[in-house]
Amino acid sequence: MNIAAPVKREMHVVHSRGDKVFRGIVSAGALTSLVLLGLIGVFLLARGIEVFSTSGFKFLTGSNWVAGSEDGVIPNDFSIGPMIVVTAIVSLIAMLFAVPMSMAGALYLEFYAPQKVRRVLIALLDLAAAIPSLIFGLWGVQVFTSFGERWAYFLSDRLGWFPLFNTISDNFGRSPFVAGCVLASLVVPITTSVAREVYSRTPRELVDTCFALGGTKWGAIRTVVIPFGKSGVVGGAMLGLGRALGETIAVYLLLNINFRYTFKILESEGGNVASLIATKFGEATPDEIKALVAAGFVLFILTLTVNMIASSIVTRSTKGAAA
Amino acid sequence: MEKVDTSVRSEQKGTPMTDTTSNTAVLDTEFAGLETRDAHAWFGDHHALAGVSLQFPARSVTGLIGPSGCGKSTYLRLLNRMHEFIPSAAMAGEVRLHGQDIYAREVDPAAMRLKIGMVFQKPNPFPAMTIRENVLSGLKLAHIKVDDDEALMEKCLTRAGLWKEVKDRLDASGGSLSGGQQQRLCIARSLAVEPEVLLMDEPCSALDPGSTLRIEETIKELAEKITVVIVTHNMQQASRVSDYCAFFLTDGGPGYLVEADKTRTMFTTPNDSRTADYVQGKFG
Repeated sequence: MNIAAPVKREMHVVHSRGDKVFRGIVSAGALTSLVLLGLIGVFLLARGIEVFSTSGFKFLTGSNWVAGSEDGVIPNDFSIGPMIVVTAIVSLIAMLFAVPMSMAGALYLEFYAPQKVRRVLIALLDLAAAIPSLIFGLWGVQVFTSFGERWAYFLSDRLGWFPLFNTISDNFGRSPFVAGCVLASLVVPITTSVAREVYSRTPRELVDTCFALGGTKWGAIRTVVIPFGKSGVVGGAMLGLGRALGETIAVYLLLNINFRYTFKILESEGGNVASLIATKFGEATPDEIKALVAAGFVLFILTLTVNMIASSIVTRSTKGAAA
Repeated sequence: MEKVDTSVRSEQKGTPMTDTTSNTAVLDTEFAGLETRDAHAWFGDHHALAGVSLQFPARSVTGLIGPSGCGKSTYLRLLNRMHEFIPSAAMAGEVRLHGQDIYAREVDPAAMRLKIGMVFQKPNPFPAMTIRENVLSGLKLAHIKVDDDEALMEKCLTRAGLWKEVKDRLDASGGSLSGGQQQRLCIARSLAVEPEVLLMDEPCSALDPGSTLRIEETIKELAEKITVVIVTHNMQQASRVSDYCAFFLTDGGPGYLVEADKTRTMFTTPNDSRTADYVQGKFG
């Protein structure tokens, strides 16, 4: 006897018209933002490609920014090496201060603050995240610089033998150190808020277990909460880093553009990629604009990469793989 | 058969026992040193538990039974001050260990919990730790130094009935074990700090029947050395594993202790008709 093998049936789903319309709207929304991002990248690359092809790798490493004359007597020479270095240095200083501060703040909010204080502080934190960076920049110039200078003087005085803290002049204002501190205060609200969110998801029974084993609150935090939140906090720090890397106006107010590799973080030295673009754009020659757009492309790739790494880490940690 | 003092049970049905001196249910002549006197518990304004006075017999298993919401888990968490971690939780009365009120101002709760350990409903080994680290985690948490932690680890895993299954993979993650094995790992972890009393909050409710039986065997073996108090919803489990039972009930208000006695008595000839109805499955 020959029995026909069972044929797998297709499973049809009938979408109602409302369903289709809604599906269209949300897909369009999702696609638009992706397309927009792609177009920005393409635009930056298209405008800047000429600079990349003439300068090549030197655009990223050189330390000259000369807008040539129209007759070609003075040749164009554009490169952003020191800007990239300062971008990295300022952002790293910011993270160095911001990450421990956010972890401490988040742990306090989640495990130590009384209910009422906690609610108020969380609301304030969310507000702080919405303050324009211009305000932070102004505060940095007007208020913080005088403190920062004193800290920088202290570091240079005590740890001057260490190359990074070495200084030649006694001019401690407008330094990457001061700018980094201001950027730290700028990213702390975001990183704290992410860290608090992850810490709050620590399974209650794990914390209880630590207590049941005769542990203290600090013991429970050390044993369970911090390991559980590790990847989430790293993800949050990367989001903050993304913001610090692209920060324009605060750095524009705090640092002078200075095309020189010095690696002396306590001295006036300057400018990150974003503030370079902001400074030069207004009075740029047509060729210079192309170079600035190329610099913009570099920044675009840099922040996009950092943010992508950040979101993948955050996704992984929220999937419960936080261990 | 030793005689159980049953003279001090609640006389009136439905009346929470409040009198500390006359209503203490003495379960056994050999007393573990753990007792509650007129214990009450609240969550905010909600009075969850009223007037429970009970003494726990040494080296035996006491089952806390009763329908959902009767306050037996709350009572268990009162016994080692886990209750207070719930915001707005409050208590009244006394919980005494060897005569010392553990809620007294001078008592360090962390040190007290070394003596009164707890195993939770869901198996919860520390996810970032290996099996070995899990067993020894309590020592680290409480800053206890031991001479031979390998020997201690083996002893605890053996007592928890897990040694043979994991001895070749002590450095594997605790999460790689099955649910039942994880729960036995959690028991081993609690044993490492050498508690006198082990509280268990429905330790088998998340496990399959086979794992449940293994845990029950483990519990019975543990009771040769330490005192176990176990909350269970499962009447068969209570009859299999416990030597004594305490029956809790609520009439819509706060939960209270109806009676406590030897498990066999509770399941055959309880004093209170509600106990008989409950253990026979007529309600709950």
